[in-house]
Amino acid sequence: MSSRGPRLLIWQLGEVAELVPQTPRVASLVLDVPAWPGHLAGQHVDVRLTADDGYQAQRSYSIASAPEDPHLEITVERLEDGEVSPYLVGEVRKGDKVELRGPIGGYFVWTAGDPRPLLLVAGGSGIVPLMSMIRHREHTGSSNPTRLLYSSRSYEDIIYRDELDRLAAGGDGLTVAHTLTRMHPQGWQGYARRIDADMLSEVGWPKAEMPAVFVCGPTPMVESVASMLVDMGYDPASIKTERFGATGG
Amino acid sequence: MSFISRGFRGRRRDVASSSRVPPGQHVVDDFPVLSAGPTPRIPVSEWKFVVEGEIDQMKSWTWDEFRKLPTEHVTKDIHCVTKWTKLDTAWTGVSVDTIMEGVETAAEYVMAFSYGGYTTNLPLEDVTGGKAWVAYEFDGQPLHPEHGGPARLLVPHLYFWKSAKWVQGLRLVNEDQPGFWESNGYNMYGDPWREQRYWGD
Repeated sequence: MSSRGPRLLIWQLGEVAELVPQTPRVASLVLDVPAWPGHLAGQHVDVRLTADDGYQAQRSYSIASAPEDPHLEITVERLEDGEVSPYLVGEVRKGDKVELRGPIGGYFVWTAGDPRPLLLVAGGSGIVPLMSMIRHREHTGSSNPTRLLYSSRSYEDIIYRDELDRLAAGGDGLTVAHTLTRMHPQGWQGYARRIDADMLSEVGWPKAEMPAVFVCGPTPMVESVASMLVDMGYDPASIKTERFGATGG
Repeated sequence: MSFISRGFRGRRRDVASSSRVPPGQHVVDDFPVLSAGPTPRIPVSEWKFVVEGEIDQMKSWTWDEFRKLPTEHVTKDIHCVTKWTKLDTAWTGVSVDTIMEGVETAAEYVMAFSYGGYTTNLPLEDVTGGKAWVAYEFDGQPLHPEHGGPARLLVPHLYFWKSAKWVQGLRLVNEDQPGFWESNGYNMYGDPWREQRYWGD
């Protein structure tokens, strides 16, 4: 399925087929979208909610599902003072319909067939579009060496934790390194601090490998990681960033 | 409209500002940063601004020369295609009308281009007549690199991706060709009041 080339993005309805809690604050909505045109890994959708008096609110959510998956999955973090996220994670029930349009964004995408090694760096819910890439990679049997560095507040906040463990154990060239920034369990073997240059040097590719790099998460983290990678000698043009500003979620 | 989201109430905003908020937008108090790649770093000692293309003679300014041009302070509402709107943002910069003074051209479009490779296309009439600036201060402070410093284009009546960060110059062209985001699914024009976010909107 391809989403190349310009197309009209119409508002369409998806039905919630399943709700999958991921962490205390995060859940996936698995949607059945009959008119879905297909998407590329890394793209997002706009969701529009309408109250009965006509009031509307719109937000964007990255697509978690791979292009090959039969349903469209979005993964949403419920923000404390959010307007839309507490509705999607909290109020929405199986069988409810959600209005959305997409897929949006032609730049922050990865397509199997790109032979370059892949470096994925995620902060919190920034893992979502990268997970679409990882799932797409698995579905297509890609073997390009892929390294994910994933920063979360705590072990309980790691989204897709079990799935990532399984995929990393699959022996097809995917390695996953976790870092926990606020607290870590006893016996924790991973990193336990904010991403810094040493960590990136250890986890990332030597610049001579010229990997494709995707960084996604809160703006300060993305800014700092992108900057460190440039300092490490990575070509800025090879680093694609997606920044989640938690603005009125 | 036909579809109602069961159980959705939303957060009502105060009526005073709602006429200033285009469809699908919501007001924020912070200043989100969105970019496609790392923040370019341009020392002002190396900075230049140019006007080139379908004109008789290219114009260019160094940072010092640019800072000597007449400046304006403007306060505008800005609207990002990612749905946030920020009201009453204060900028200092040089009007594009000042930059275009004395430039003779039959071209109807410009391609704004930036350090780091970003581009965005606009009709010439959308950056002239008091509608656009090259801004180097936000809120009275030098524009932070994350927000496009040393200088960015400021075109508040269109979605903010048209306000090219790290702007390096304007190229006058005869045809409207898509810039960076326009080549990646976004609208060629980008009027927030007609909600022209994506191609075909």
